[in-house]
Amino acid sequence: MSRFVLPLVIFVVLVVFLAIGLGHDPHEVPSPLINKPAPAFQLPQLHEPTKTFSAQEMKGKVWLLNVWASWCISCREEHPVLLELARAGAVPIYGLNYKDKREDAIEWLDDLGNPYLLSAADVDGRVGIDYGVYGAPETYLIDRDGVIRYKHIGPLTPDVLQGKILPLVKDLEK
Amino acid sequence: MKRQLAYLLLLCALAVTVVAQTAQPLAEDPEVENRLQELSKELRCLVCQNETLADSRAGLAEDLRKEIREQMKAGKSDKEIITFLTARYGDFVLYRPRVTPVTYLLWFGPFVLLAVGLVVLYRQLKQRRALITQTPLSPRDRRQIEELLDTPTGKESA
Repeated sequence: MSRFVLPLVIFVVLVVFLAIGLGHDPHEVPSPLINKPAPAFQLPQLHEPTKTFSAQEMKGKVWLLNVWASWCISCREEHPVLLELARAGAVPIYGLNYKDKREDAIEWLDDLGNPYLLSAADVDGRVGIDYGVYGAPETYLIDRDGVIRYKHIGPLTPDVLQGKILPLVKDLEK
Repeated sequence: MKRQLAYLLLLCALAVTVVAQTAQPLAEDPEVENRLQELSKELRCLVCQNETLADSRAGLAEDLRKEIREQMKAGKSDKEIITFLTARYGDFVLYRPRVTPVTYLLWFGPFVLLAVGLVVLYRQLKQRRALITQTPLSPRDRRQIEELLDTPTGKESA
């Protein structure tokens, strides 16, 4: 009897490890930028290309930087959540319009509503590379000192907002 | 007929040369292109995950190759470029995981398992050897054996 105990224990441990492994999303790659200063950028604004927007302007505020594009299907899925968040006004949302055509992006916002106080146009995706963007949508929570505190990969959901982002915002605004 | 065939062959030959011309390397600097090829074989495309940056046709992979190419032209070393990429995308961008405390299990785990297996095997074998007890032949057994061996084989069957 006792000689079956050890293989059984090993088997159970293995099953637990595999079960945990299956629960992980391989597309969620931890960002090395967490708790690092948000990379500086200065980009033309989407609606008024003659004006610019830079991350440095946001010093002193807790804000969200949401990477989106009109060609991005998951962004469409996320959009109502962002609109709702903008309506609630808990945290300012700024957009990084990633590798998009200006007209398409503006049309997209006109059609679906614009949750962003302002969107910056990253036409060639250079700023995206600096932020380690590998698939829109991605959302960064940046604190008063310009440090990235949290990154969400994929569409934001009400659960992520309530469970992670909003509590963090409250904490950072203290 | 023969003339037609000759034309056809000529046409084929022309087609081949046209193809050969378009297949020429597009890069203006073959050295940079070689380095880019070598380096991007070591890098992972984060969109497709199980493809190297060299093989991937994803938009991001193209952007990153462009970025690497420009950095190479600016005289950056491979090491500097890898530092640039890992600062943004993490160690996951490397196909060959770095040896850090986080990856010790990955790198050394198999060897630890092998060592554990050898120890278990050695102990099992030792235990089994102890279980085997040598019982010497009794005088009666010995006599019986000698009798059997002494009997000429032919006799018994007869």
